[in-house]
Amino acid sequence: MSGTPSPAVQQRSYLWQDGTLRSWLLTRDHKRIGLLYLGSITAFFVLGSIGAALVRLQLLEPTGAILSDATYNRMFTMHGVVMVWLFLVPSIPVTLGNFLVPLMLGARDLAFPRLNLLSWYLFVASGLLVVYGLFRGGLETGWTFYTPLSSEYTQGRVLPVVLGVFLNGFSSIATGVNFIVSIHQLRAPGMTWYRLPLMLWALYATSVIFVLATPVLAITLLLLAFEHLFRVGVFDPTLGGDPLLFQQLFWFYSHPAVYIMILPGMGVVSEIVSTFSHKPVFGYRFVAWSSVSIAAIGFIVWGHHMFVAGTSLYSAIVFSMFSFFVSVPSAIKVFNWLGTMHGGSIRLDAPMLYAMGFIGLFTVGGLTGLFLASLASDVHLTQTYFVVAHFHYIMVGGMVSAYFGGLHYWWPKITGRMYPEIWGRVAAALIFFGFNLTFFPQFILGYEGMPRRYATYPAQFQVLNVLSSAGAGILAVAYLLPLIYFTWSLFRGAQAPDNPWGATGLEWQTASPPPVENFAETPVVTTDAYDYAARDGRADAARVDEGAPHA
Amino acid sequence: MPDSPVLDHHSPYETPLHRDESAIAGMWLFLASEALLFGGLFLVCLIYSHTRSAGWAEGVRHTNLVIGGVNTMILITSGAVYTMAVEAGKRGDNRRVVRAGLGAAALGVAFLVLKGVEWALEFREHLFPGPDFALHGPDAGAAELFYSFYFLATFLHGMHMVVGIGLILWICRKARHGIFGPAWNTPVDIVGLYWSFVDLVWMLLFPLLYLLGRA
Repeated sequence: MSGTPSPAVQQRSYLWQDGTLRSWLLTRDHKRIGLLYLGSITAFFVLGSIGAALVRLQLLEPTGAILSDATYNRMFTMHGVVMVWLFLVPSIPVTLGNFLVPLMLGARDLAFPRLNLLSWYLFVASGLLVVYGLFRGGLETGWTFYTPLSSEYTQGRVLPVVLGVFLNGFSSIATGVNFIVSIHQLRAPGMTWYRLPLMLWALYATSVIFVLATPVLAITLLLLAFEHLFRVGVFDPTLGGDPLLFQQLFWFYSHPAVYIMILPGMGVVSEIVSTFSHKPVFGYRFVAWSSVSIAAIGFIVWGHHMFVAGTSLYSAIVFSMFSFFVSVPSAIKVFNWLGTMHGGSIRLDAPMLYAMGFIGLFTVGGLTGLFLASLASDVHLTQTYFVVAHFHYIMVGGMVSAYFGGLHYWWPKITGRMYPEIWGRVAAALIFFGFNLTFFPQFILGYEGMPRRYATYPAQFQVLNVLSSAGAGILAVAYLLPLIYFTWSLFRGAQAPDNPWGATGLEWQTASPPPVENFAETPVVTTDAYDYAARDGRADAARVDEGAPHA
Repeated sequence: MPDSPVLDHHSPYETPLHRDESAIAGMWLFLASEALLFGGLFLVCLIYSHTRSAGWAEGVRHTNLVIGGVNTMILITSGAVYTMAVEAGKRGDNRRVVRAGLGAAALGVAFLVLKGVEWALEFREHLFPGPDFALHGPDAGAAELFYSFYFLATFLHGMHMVVGIGLILWICRKARHGIFGPAWNTPVDIVGLYWSFVDLVWMLLFPLLYLLGRA
């Protein structure tokens, strides 16, 4: 069933109508902007992965295999900065979110289409500035820009990067404002809050963090830049500033930002688990409100990044307690996904493999977080590979898996083409295997005391490091696969039906790929999200109408 | 931000009212974000005004209370004048929107001019942080710290003023074509929200930079 789509679909599809470069670069169509973002963050993902690959190559040998110490520091900084701000933070919201929010709401576009396009230009400009800063001179601070390392030592090389991240923040804020207003204002008739797909609850919670946390990072980075330009002591102790203050402000943004880097993934997984279990999500309202509570609690746990920084014991105890609170809504989600799968008719297509991988890896990442939230064990584990393994289980095992799962799940809708299912499953399995081989040894390394961010290590750690690097090699191949077969499917993939997975969301009720205006007429919602009985009834009725035999 | 009373074919909205409500909601959210931007700055100022109070207070004593006070009056007046534009917009009195708008913008420019004079005086007195900073003594470091916040905060606020004045002039240009009326005056309202916010930031900056620890 390959070949070009029928002329009728082509004519109305957002992909084909007016194919000039100008029409893409000036588009206000949320679907096209989603694709512009997809292209840009893929480039940054490749760049960040190269940084990771060099780091893992270096750590093959105890004395460092290929890089000088300074270059090694620059590589993990590049990896961190690019992956956090140019890939993970935007990832699901700006690609899948941009594409899906209006479709899931039953709307024609986001609330502010021009602002949406502006956010992409801000993102690209910020990305170029960051990359320029990282390669011209390089930066050894890690993604956190801790002072006084970033202020005293880098001698201004931190400036373009910091200004890039500053600009990036406004792109995030624009997206956040757009999503919140859209979800409030553009729900189709009958689409009540408790009928929203859980993806939208997750993106709503994420957007609140975008709007309320990002500006604090912006002012912090502005102060850092200001300190540089005019040599005044805001954070630099030699100039009379307070370096801990930087950490407080930085984590006031960056801890909520950690949840920016997981909540959208949880939204995607809720959609996929329900569809491929052919069952409504178990405990819909609990899953919905758990997203909101994760976002809310996320604002009051930042102190757990500073347990060993000399903050007061009492504040540490309070922050530790709040950090434990986060596990409650997180566990609600995990149990409810399992409850959804329980007794469902499960199909193990590629998106579901990614979603199941997410659940397992996120659980490991979450449980190891408890070790770090506990004051006593954190003193031992902080600044070790245990922390590195922990947050990679959340961000790569969790978020990147969800991102890939979501891409596979909505690929037919986005492009009108099916990806090759067999290769999808192979890649999903390979990613799961490669990921665990890369990061599980790091838990042990950290537990045994190997510090993070060092270019060399004692010889006793070599076996585990080699395992980890081998895993990274597998992971690299596994991430390349979708890049190849997705591209292939654009030209040769089978044509996608409107609803290939038998899913319930409004986005599946329109054509694949959708027409420019999304829906021929505004849909009216009469059932809850994930009401398969109603959907199957509709599908049967449609088949009867067409005179096809009853399935 | 809506820039015409009718919907274009790209619009995701059913009615102009629906669109205008959304635009107002968007501005409120943006201002919430702005509040946290300035909030971070205020927080750091408050912390240092406590932990390094002696030098901080010395910095505060060197600010120009006269210009600061006059500027505060000017900005409050400008905000009040702009509310007249908002009221006129609701009635559809476009000529009054232009007059009140130009008045508010002129007061805004006056604020910036005075601020510029103040900055020039401070530069001449070597109060800008740097090697030849004017104040000496044991607390000079904290006074210098105060002045870095002073310049950053007033710069950031000044940039917001420039944007606000630009927006008000944009409103005036639209009003000259007589397009605002009881049915549609959302842009006048939205710019009013922003202008009030810029006012409000100054209401917090003024005591923080000119009064706290002066006595």
